[in-house]
Amino acid sequence: MKDGFRQSMAWLHTWMGLLLGWVLYFMFVTGTAGYFDTEIDRWMQPELPRAQTDVPAQTTVRTALRRLEEEAPEAARWLIALPMDRNQPYTSILWQADGGNQAGRPRGGRQTIDAITGDPLQARDTAGGQQLYQMHWRLHYLPDSLSAWIVGLASLFMLTAIITGIIVHKKIFKDFFVFRPGKGQRSWLDAHNVLSVLALPFHLMITYSGLLFMGFIYFPLMVAAFYGTGAEAERTLRAEMFSGLRVEASGEPAPLTNLSALITQAETRWGASNIRHVDIRYPGDAQARILLRASHAQTPLRRGEELIFHGVTGELLETSAAFRSPTTGMQDILLGLHEGLFAGPLLRWLYFFSGVLGTAMVATGLVLWTVKRRQRIEARDGRAHTGIVLVERLNIGVVAGLLVAIAAYFWANRLLPLEMANRSDWELHVLFLTWLLMLVHAMLRPRRHAWFEQCTLAAAAYALLPLLNILTTERHLLRSLPNGDWPLAGFDLTVLGLGLALAVAAYRLHPSRDPSPLAAGAAKAGDGRHHHGTQEAKTVES
Amino acid sequence: MAPTTARPLATDGGRRERLTRHPAPGILSRAMAALAGGYMLSTLGGILLAAALPLNRVESLTGGLLLSYPIFTATFIWVFAARSAGRAWLGILATAVLLAPLYWMLGI
Repeated sequence: MKDGFRQSMAWLHTWMGLLLGWVLYFMFVTGTAGYFDTEIDRWMQPELPRAQTDVPAQTTVRTALRRLEEEAPEAARWLIALPMDRNQPYTSILWQADGGNQAGRPRGGRQTIDAITGDPLQARDTAGGQQLYQMHWRLHYLPDSLSAWIVGLASLFMLTAIITGIIVHKKIFKDFFVFRPGKGQRSWLDAHNVLSVLALPFHLMITYSGLLFMGFIYFPLMVAAFYGTGAEAERTLRAEMFSGLRVEASGEPAPLTNLSALITQAETRWGASNIRHVDIRYPGDAQARILLRASHAQTPLRRGEELIFHGVTGELLETSAAFRSPTTGMQDILLGLHEGLFAGPLLRWLYFFSGVLGTAMVATGLVLWTVKRRQRIEARDGRAHTGIVLVERLNIGVVAGLLVAIAAYFWANRLLPLEMANRSDWELHVLFLTWLLMLVHAMLRPRRHAWFEQCTLAAAAYALLPLLNILTTERHLLRSLPNGDWPLAGFDLTVLGLGLALAVAAYRLHPSRDPSPLAAGAAKAGDGRHHHGTQEAKTVES
Repeated sequence: MAPTTARPLATDGGRRERLTRHPAPGILSRAMAALAGGYMLSTLGGILLAAALPLNRVESLTGGLLLSYPIFTATFIWVFAARSAGRAWLGILATAVLLAPLYWMLGI
């Protein structure tokens, strides 16, 4: 019975992995890039100055208020996002015509400004690191709601694949130290196991927490049981979920209190450089309110304490704790762990490499699926079936092709004319057109040639980016390194490293190499060790 | 309902498991049970926990949400581990029915 259970789980693991494996691969790649989202932003807007996180909050707020008074003196809401750390390198201001509590987007505007001069920062139009990383839940070209459900289903499959993967894995600790290279299917299975187990806590955390982000979209009936349905219910839920300011304007004018004292008070409480938002409702009204929100990146808890002051008297009216209850606290911690905003450089790299391991786990799983079946079916029928060939080709176009496509996105950022209309949209079109091209290429070329050529192309496209940067901007390695400008130098060095790693992969995949890692028959199944993979291969019919 | 097939024998040949013998209808039925049944049980379980928690509305609801995904995954796995698709459906419906008294008790 126990073996029957394990086999069912092996079957489930295999097919769930394949069904949404390509979506998961896309999510892992773009999500992993997201751990360096603001660094990518910076590289894609080389016109911007260095991060202004060392400007004192007092100065920033003074500058921002002056700017808001010029831009939107009549606004019902002013919001200042202060530069704190790598997550928010510059000052952003936002204003709205009404209180911002109503559904629908109120009229208003936003600007990123220089913390000292107050001038808007001018840079090329780009989709940047932000849209690249947002793609891991907002699939580009698809409406948000559809993409939420696809991503949710993929994540649910992933969660199930992880659990079933653990179940089918008999010797999880022993196998952790087993890697038998150059043995075809066996090596792919070993690699898949090691990659999965090495970062298992990360995989579990990232999948479960990812599902929590959009939980109330996925379970509308749960919401309905407590809030009812309709727009009013949704508003109530939002109001209870997010604290914040709920106040009506009085219509009587009154001058806004001096914020300097409030900033001092908040900094005494939270330490310097830890004020995330200054949110002002009805500036100039007798009922004005000022909310100061602490950084949500001090700890994994993805929420900061909030202080609410009377906007005219400056009196502290209310304090809202960051940790509100065991359940919301748990949710905030899981979301915080997912985003990793709190992570310093070392932990950030660990996040990045965990994401790379996840990416490689999905990729090796996809390849393993085909290697295993090709071997068996070739032995039986002498040739591969259409289904396997299709999966093989999609694997190439998705796994290697997406890497080429993202490199093309960076090339487009440097090469598209700066004054081009809808420039940022076109950066994204370049990404997806390149990807499409790679899928077509994978369909047309012989399998091993396709792998080799796409890996070579990706290697060259990444490794040459620093050179392209030298040719097209003033913010290249020869300057960023001597100046110690690490976000920029880090990007160039990382893509260079990625290019070299892909070059090694391309070398190993050269079609004339024998045995190729992709050759199905390189290993005879079963070299004396009992292993679930071979057992699974025997029992699972495709 | 899917064809129910023989339980596995102790021999190696018996390991050719029921999931793979007559695949299509059984698998389709199980997939439906896993997705629809899993969704139903996770929603019901989430609501139940949320109603039982002594917290305010949004905090309880969050607690329910945290539990709903483990329920979904457990159901998913159980449906594919069940001896037959029919048993999987039966188990899901039975669980839902057994939960019903709790709903009355909690006054939902």
